Amino acid sequence: MPGLLPLLLMLLALLPAPAGAGPLAIHYLERRVERPSPLNNEDPIPDDEGLKGAELGLKDSNATGRFVSLSFTLDSRVVGADEDIRDAFRALGEKPRFVVLNAPAEDVLALADLPEARDTVFLNVGAPDTRLREADCRPRLLHVLPSRAMLADALVQFLAYKRWTRILLLSGPAPADALYAEALKRSAKKFGARIVTESRFDPQGGDTRDTALREFVLPTRGPEHDVVAVADEAGAFGANLVYNTAAPRPVVGTQGLTPAAWGRPVEAWAAVQLQTRFRRLAGRAMRPVDYAGWMAVHSLGEAAVQARSTDPATVAALVLSPTFEVGGFKGRPLSFRSWDGQLRQPLFLLWPGAVTATAPIEGFLHHRTELDTLGSDEPESACRAYRRPG
Amino acid sequence: MPSLSQAGLMQAPSPRAHPEIGILRMSRAATARLLLCASLLSFASQAAEAEEIFVSNERDNTVSVIDGASLEVIRTFPVGRRPRGLTFSRDGRTLYVCASDSDAVQVIDPDTGAVRHNLPSGEDPEQFALAPDDRTLFIANEENATTTVVDAQTRKVLAQIDVGIEPEGMAVSPDGKIAVTTSETTNMVHWIDIATLSATDATPVGQRPRAAAFSADGRMLWASSEIGGTVAVIDTATRKVVETIEFAVKGIAADRLQPVGISLTRDGRFAFVALGPSDRVAVIDAKTYKVLNYILVGRRVWQLAMTPDETRLFTTNGVSGDVTVIDVASQRPIRSVKVGRFPWGVAVRPAPQASAGAAP
Repeated sequence: MPGLLPLLLMLLALLPAPAGAGPLAIHYLERRVERPSPLNNEDPIPDDEGLKGAELGLKDSNATGRFVSLSFTLDSRVVGADEDIRDAFRALGEKPRFVVLNAPAEDVLALADLPEARDTVFLNVGAPDTRLREADCRPRLLHVLPSRAMLADALVQFLAYKRWTRILLLSGPAPADALYAEALKRSAKKFGARIVTESRFDPQGGDTRDTALREFVLPTRGPEHDVVAVADEAGAFGANLVYNTAAPRPVVGTQGLTPAAWGRPVEAWAAVQLQTRFRRLAGRAMRPVDYAGWMAVHSLGEAAVQARSTDPATVAALVLSPTFEVGGFKGRPLSFRSWDGQLRQPLFLLWPGAVTATAPIEGFLHHRTELDTLGSDEPESACRAYRRPG
Repeated sequence: MPSLSQAGLMQAPSPRAHPEIGILRMSRAATARLLLCASLLSFASQAAEAEEIFVSNERDNTVSVIDGASLEVIRTFPVGRRPRGLTFSRDGRTLYVCASDSDAVQVIDPDTGAVRHNLPSGEDPEQFALAPDDRTLFIANEENATTTVVDAQTRKVLAQIDVGIEPEGMAVSPDGKIAVTTSETTNMVHWIDIATLSATDATPVGQRPRAAAFSADGRMLWASSEIGGTVAVIDTATRKVVETIEFAVKGIAADRLQPVGISLTRDGRFAFVALGPSDRVAVIDAKTYKVLNYILVGRRVWQLAMTPDETRLFTTNGVSGDVTVIDVASQRPIRSVKVGRFPWGVAVRPAPQASAGAAP
């Protein structure tokens, strides 16, 4: 009955906004993570990383929503290192439908598996773990933050484009470093680069600020290579590795030339407007997790405006639908992958001074969208749980 | 007056800038050559009354002036920081420039480039539109979600109107009753009643609306959505979208077809839409809303402006740093003119009646 739909839509349009339609309630839930103190007097990772992005997303969504009589609220809750995040979730009140989650992978899974969270859409802005998009994926779990696989793919596409394909890989001792290194190895295989040798570095032994000149020579000595890739997510030594490698080679990875969803030098596609709004609100530069927080709330706001409704079921249906598209100051419409809930998005290759390149890099083609050259693609995805029934 | 050798140089935009096109266009370029020469000669004879094309170079903080007859840059003058939108008073004797990073609209003598004075513009003016009364300027303030209304004669702010986030495109209806602004993050067209200077309604459109243009009869408003990849045609009486135009070019990813600048012919027959990083300008039948043609121009095409006689269309190409001149009748590019870095805005100054400044 194709004739019926337009009629229905017309009737819907004639109806006044549902009486008593309240604001769409969005929650922000964060696990406070202990950070090492900065090594080189860098600005510490701010305590409100992520939250400030979500707050800007709320502000933007309300500024937009008022033109169509829609509004949004954001409640935030941060749990300490030894608290149970599930209790915090239960304390959020009557059936939270949308939770922006800035927490490690174990927390993400613990919450997604809660029976009480059956109707909750989680937007992951803090856990880059690739497994959350693959074997450990969950229904109604969207990933706004790029996976380590996407970050590594962005970097290796760049290296392949430059033909800097011989990689000496140096990893730190943390489990996250091993995951980052693993992602780089997978990407190297995917795009025809080669890990010539792999070594480990443990910064616990000494003070790298004093010893870097001599200390890094040994772990970066190896077969002929084009770049030294470093996996040091916590920033325990990577910054001091730059210019201290045995051979004169650029450092790429978690330090040096870094793949990221956002960064201070990003300015194209009106990004500078978002940067300015964020700086005005937070008094600091916007970081990748802030961008994810903003993007998470912005996606919900945009879905509500497109649906002209703050009814949670309507908004959830739209945001989980494979046809949903949302802008994100990256020059392309962004959308969530239908097979694992990951936000497809361009990524930047940054050093602190500039955006060196934007991935997907020119020439890496995909039949659907080039954005799907970053991260796990549909045919190889190990995610089974995300796909909705039917 | 252009010499024959110049005419011989004319071709589709420089093949160096568009390697992929060089191959595709070669044979067509050869056949088009004769036609182009003919059209060039005919318009060279009108050189005496040629208009001038003003282009704002966003990164150079300058305005380049192209002579409409020789199609060469005849002067370049400095303006405020990050110049974007620009427009002329009706007599062509005053140029207004949005200097976004200087937070000013500059009032400039187009002959000398001298800044007469600045107008209060609100923060970060991006684009503006001059009302038919030739004195009321509607300015989109990108960074603080307002539209500032300024009387260019008294230099007073008449109103600041709250609109959606990142207002960008501005247009005033031909009867001077309605102004519209598009908000890039709110994704709406906001309708402003000029009599009361208040926002009266908002029409949601596709993602990131960038430019708006009224049809000559004022009945339709065209609004381009850069990220949505569409152009909405809105009935100004009901403020409802009556048509959403989509684009498709073989071999170009859909998400590179990003509509920005719009130019409509007065007779209501054609609409031209700049398609950003696809390096194309779409030609649309403004009655059936069918896309008729895609014209290849320079890289990342932003804005469009037509000569008063509607024979030529000028495009600013941000990445290749040039302006493509399109012959409207044949819908073909006839020349690219190198200007400054990141050319963005473009406005055509009607042929000056008694101006000595136009001589090369």
